[in-house]
Amino acid sequence: MKSLAELEAIRQKTLSRINLRKEDESEAIRVVVGMATCGIAAGARPVMLAFMDEISKRNLSHATVSQTGCIGMCRLEPMVDVYLPGKEKVTYVHMTPEKVGRVVAEHIVNGRVVEEYTIGATEDK
Amino acid sequence: MRDLSLHILDLAQNSVRAEAKLVSLSVLLDEKGMLSIIIEDDGSGMSEELLSRVQSPFATTRTTRKVGLGIPMMAENCRLAGGNLSLESTLGKGTKLTATMDTKSIDCLPLGDLAGTVTTLVSANPEKPDFLLHCQSPRGEMQFDTREIRAALQGVSLGEPEIAAWMMESLQEEIQPIFGGVTL
Repeated sequence: MKSLAELEAIRQKTLSRINLRKEDESEAIRVVVGMATCGIAAGARPVMLAFMDEISKRNLSHATVSQTGCIGMCRLEPMVDVYLPGKEKVTYVHMTPEKVGRVVAEHIVNGRVVEEYTIGATEDK
Repeated sequence: MRDLSLHILDLAQNSVRAEAKLVSLSVLLDEKGMLSIIIEDDGSGMSEELLSRVQSPFATTRTTRKVGLGIPMMAENCRLAGGNLSLESTLGKGTKLTATMDTKSIDCLPLGDLAGTVTTLVSANPEKPDFLLHCQSPRGEMQFDTREIRAALQGVSLGEPEIAAWMMESLQEEIQPIFGGVTL
C-alpha cells in the first residue's frame, strides 16, 4: 500500500472540512448513484467516480456521494438522485461522466436544476 | 458488462447486501494464463435451495424487478473463455464465489479498471464492510486492506472524496505492475 504517512496528511486536511460540515447539518447535499447490475452495466462507476472527483476538486464540504440499488427503471440507468436541503429530490437519467461537471456546477453549486438531463425531460419525449 | 472489473463491482454488491463484515477480493493469474477471481464474504450466506437456483437469470432476492443477471452473466463470460463459475455458501457463515477463465482465449474479457472498482466499493460503503484486495501474477503481488486504512484514519470516514482520490491513485500504482494496464 502507498505510504500511510501520506494518508495522515490527507486526514488532517479532511478533518477541517468535516468540522465545517458538522456545524451545519441542515446544509447537507446528497448525491446517490444507482449501482445495481443494470446501473453498473450502463456505466455507473465512472459517473460515481466523476462526482467524487468533482466534489473533491471544488472542495464542497457539504456534499456526500453514496450508492443505492436498482429502483426498477433499468432502461434509464445510470441514474443519479440529487438531494438539496429543503428541496425536492431531482433524478437525473442516462448520466455520463461528461454530464457530471454541469450537474455539479449548475445544480449542486448554484442550485439550478439541469432540466434537460432529468427524468422528467426524458419521459416526456 | 464490458470488463471483469465491472463484474467484480457487481458481484461484490451481493456480499455487501448479505451484510458481510469482510469482503475479500482476489485476482490471481498463474503462469499458464489462467485467471481466477475469488470473492469471499462472511455475510448471511445462502440456503441450499437458493444456492441451487441462483445461477438462473430468473432468481433474485430483490423486489423491484424479476430478473437477477449478475451471476448468470459472469458465469456465461467464464464459460466463453474456457473457464467456469462456482459458488459455495453456508447459511449464516458466508459465500465464496470462484470465477475462472483462460486469458489466452479471444473471448476473455479484459480486466478493466480494478482500482476504480475497489475505490467505488469502499467509498460507497464507508461504514462496513471492510474490503481486502489481493492481486497476484507471475510479475508480482499486492495487498490492500481497508482495516489498516480505517485504523490510520482514526474516525475519518472512508467515504470522503479526498480519501477516495488517495485510494484510487494508490491502487492504480500497485495494480499496474502486476497486470500491466487495463488488459491482461
